[in-house]
Amino acid sequence: MKMVSVCVVLLTLGVVGGCSESSTSSSESTSRPPTLYYFTWSDYVDPESVANFEKTRGVRVVVDTFSSNEELLAKIQSGMTGYDVVAPSDFMAGLMGRLGLLAELDLARIPHVQHLEPHLQHLPFDPAHRFAIPYLWGTVGIGYNADVVTNPPTSWEALWDPQFSGRISMLNDEREVFGLALRALGYSLNSVDPQAIQEAKQKLIVQKPLVKAYTSEQFDQLLVAGEVVLAHAWGGPVARAMRERPSIRYAIPQEGGTIWTDCLAVLASSQNQALAMDFINYLLDEEVALLTSQRLLFASANRHVRDRLPADIRDNPAVYPPGDVLPRMEWIEDVEGAIRYYDRAWTELKVQ
Amino acid sequence: MTTRLSTSFPFPVKLSLLLAGIFLGLFFLVPLALVFGVSLASRGTYGGIAWIATWENYQRVLDPLVGTIFLRSILFAGITTLVCAVAGFPLAYCMARASRQWQLILLTLVMIPFWTNFLVRTYAWVLIFRADGILNTVLIWLGFQEEPLALLFTDVSVFVGLVYGYLPFMILPLVVAIERISPQLEEAAFDLYASMSAMFRHVVLPLSKPGFIAGGVLVFIPSLGAFITPYLLGGGQKMMLGTLIQQEFLVSRDWPFGSALSFGLMGTVLLLWFLLGRTSYGKDAS
Amino acid sequence: MKRLPRSFLLNSLMVMLFLYLPVVILIGLSFNASSMGVAWKGFTFQWYEKLWMDQSILDATVNSVIIAGVSTGLSLILGVGTAIGLEKSQGMAMPWVNMVMVLPLVIPEILLGVALLMVFVLCQIPLGFGSIIIGHMVFNLPLTVVIVRARLRKLDPAWEDAARDLGATSWDVLTRITLPLLRPAIWGAALLGFSVSLDDFVVTFFVGGPGSTTLPLKVFSMIKSGITPEINALSAVMVVVSMFCVGLSWLFQQRSATAASESSSL
Repeated sequence: MKMVSVCVVLLTLGVVGGCSESSTSSSESTSRPPTLYYFTWSDYVDPESVANFEKTRGVRVVVDTFSSNEELLAKIQSGMTGYDVVAPSDFMAGLMGRLGLLAELDLARIPHVQHLEPHLQHLPFDPAHRFAIPYLWGTVGIGYNADVVTNPPTSWEALWDPQFSGRISMLNDEREVFGLALRALGYSLNSVDPQAIQEAKQKLIVQKPLVKAYTSEQFDQLLVAGEVVLAHAWGGPVARAMRERPSIRYAIPQEGGTIWTDCLAVLASSQNQALAMDFINYLLDEEVALLTSQRLLFASANRHVRDRLPADIRDNPAVYPPGDVLPRMEWIEDVEGAIRYYDRAWTELKVQ
Repeated sequence: MTTRLSTSFPFPVKLSLLLAGIFLGLFFLVPLALVFGVSLASRGTYGGIAWIATWENYQRVLDPLVGTIFLRSILFAGITTLVCAVAGFPLAYCMARASRQWQLILLTLVMIPFWTNFLVRTYAWVLIFRADGILNTVLIWLGFQEEPLALLFTDVSVFVGLVYGYLPFMILPLVVAIERISPQLEEAAFDLYASMSAMFRHVVLPLSKPGFIAGGVLVFIPSLGAFITPYLLGGGQKMMLGTLIQQEFLVSRDWPFGSALSFGLMGTVLLLWFLLGRTSYGKDAS
Repeated sequence: MKRLPRSFLLNSLMVMLFLYLPVVILIGLSFNASSMGVAWKGFTFQWYEKLWMDQSILDATVNSVIIAGVSTGLSLILGVGTAIGLEKSQGMAMPWVNMVMVLPLVIPEILLGVALLMVFVLCQIPLGFGSIIIGHMVFNLPLTVVIVRARLRKLDPAWEDAARDLGATSWDVLTRITLPLLRPAIWGAALLGFSVSLDDFVVTFFVGGPGSTTLPLKVFSMIKSGITPEINALSAVMVVVSMFCVGLSWLFQQRSATAASESSSL
């Protein structure tokens, strides 16, 4: 009965696989260790720190990644329960908190909250850290190849320079791209005025033929490869690209742009809330945060890390923005109903 | 005459039919109906679904903005299918006319790249097309180019990716169809002093039509809804139907609109299928 | 005697090269010591070592295999019987039933993924292994049915009639005539279904949940975060494994072909 044996073989594969899968994680396979599910930005995965936590606490951590805040919200909203710790950006953390998706944090379990950088301590979207704790922060600016772009960009208009047509990249993020255009036009990047948004859209449509790609993850590779010489970029990946290709620099335009902080939060649906909070505290621990910043080249929310970093990281504007830059930066905030204007305009932009 | 299930079916067969029917009903037909239902609803303030009936989503599907995307996707899929047909036919012919030994070898050879992961294969083209990629490196090294060609994130790169992904789907049905053409017909044509090209034009190509149709359908439909290839090779530039649907669900979180788009897509596909089904399978009853 | 036009042979060769170019490049680059870009910086095995150490990739592979195994197995069990039943049925509704049976294979995957996501979400079914397996079965089941039916159509009904004339019950006919004759089709369906499930991205992307990352999903997130060389090593491994599986199935087919030719000379 060959057919039966085939089916049996396949099902056995499945069953055996299932059994081995639950025991590959821990060396002592007597009981299944608690598993923590961490949903974070693809840039933030630091396997060594995670492995350390697993060893010291005897748990298993499974990491899944997303590449935009909207994707995070979409997945959580569509009922993807099972995640414990998530890493939303500032405004998204506020939004998720208001929607009741996040658990209230027990700050007694997260003592490192006292070590936050001053400008991160009482953020508008969650002043008392009820739902979210800042984890990493930075700016959005222009990563450029100084060999080709001989005049350092001082304005967002540099991304509209026809001289570099086909060698410009923008982030694939609706709020960031429109925020950039709004700032270039002199508006706030949290504008709810449909007129302003339309203007921004028009400006972006003018730019589109010059743009090589809209990408939130590959601009660092494109800069290194020379495919792109001007990139709308988050600081961290540019800092990493600098290591591969020293001619790459980072500039924050004078109109100012986004300052952001990605936070750590616990999902309300999490079954492991206490463990989740311990994990958050662990990630904010000075030693761990130091290693994270050194490896990922993002500024840590823990203020004690800054002075302990080597000078080339600490003084790198792509990682720690210079003090004089901070005042002209703006936080992205939730625009509530007006997001429909942005959504519609973004689609229209992409269709051109 | 009503549907009659033969009473001589042994129990396992009846059980299988029942379970399969329930399974597909529950996890295929019901979801599709749900998609239709949701397409008539409205978007919640923060995304998701608000159960307020409206035709607005279909209105938006029919507006010129989305119409452009539909047309562009159809164009892309059409050209991809055409290129696959032209590129795949000679190989299919050689494979069909090969000896049993060779056929097996060629078939395996064609399938092996196909057995590697779709994403990985598509990603390889990124490595080939990049400014510092293989193609440019070779071209510059050979002296054909001074500056690297901007090949990545263009229409060309998306086409190549699509053709590469779906070529075997065109080749295999063609092989099956051409095998059915008796070599004696070709011999007869030669006996009647037909040239090679005339023989192909009048004998092989017309008789291969079922293969072209089957292959065409198998290439056109996935190409229409493709979103990985445009994403990896198109650089977020070219909004195609698949990309738009994915964006509506996972970024804009406008499920009703995304559902309306999906239904529009399915409508297009079904329409095509019916039209083609009429032409070929009506005649080819075997 | 092969009268193949030279242009055809040339074209075939070029198409073959085209098909293999990316594969060869991936394998070649997997040994490149450069971590970004394609400039050759020396031969190395380090990416393979990194791959071996990467627990998340091993987990994803295990997940993929489990999901493929279970979904293909269940599809086979249901599919063979369904194929037999459908092939022998008649009536006015049959063309519609046939169409519905094939529809999951015809509609674009994104539609399937989205529809399943909605059903799972609205019925509050947790997304994870179960949802992915169900999703894969929705296209594996029709696939099995199509492949088995194609073979059924070619079967000489004389075998079954003869058996019945000799007093065999329908159970006997099924198990001792029909199923053995269907063996190559069942194998084909198993292999194809397994590989399609292993490779599936779109449906898994939509209905996957935490901790149920499959290999394609893992590859996608790796591509997005740009960890280039490990992916090359992973792809090279996947190519070799596929070739191995194909070789194995080829061997099986040879064996069953000789066995069939022996048994058919009754």
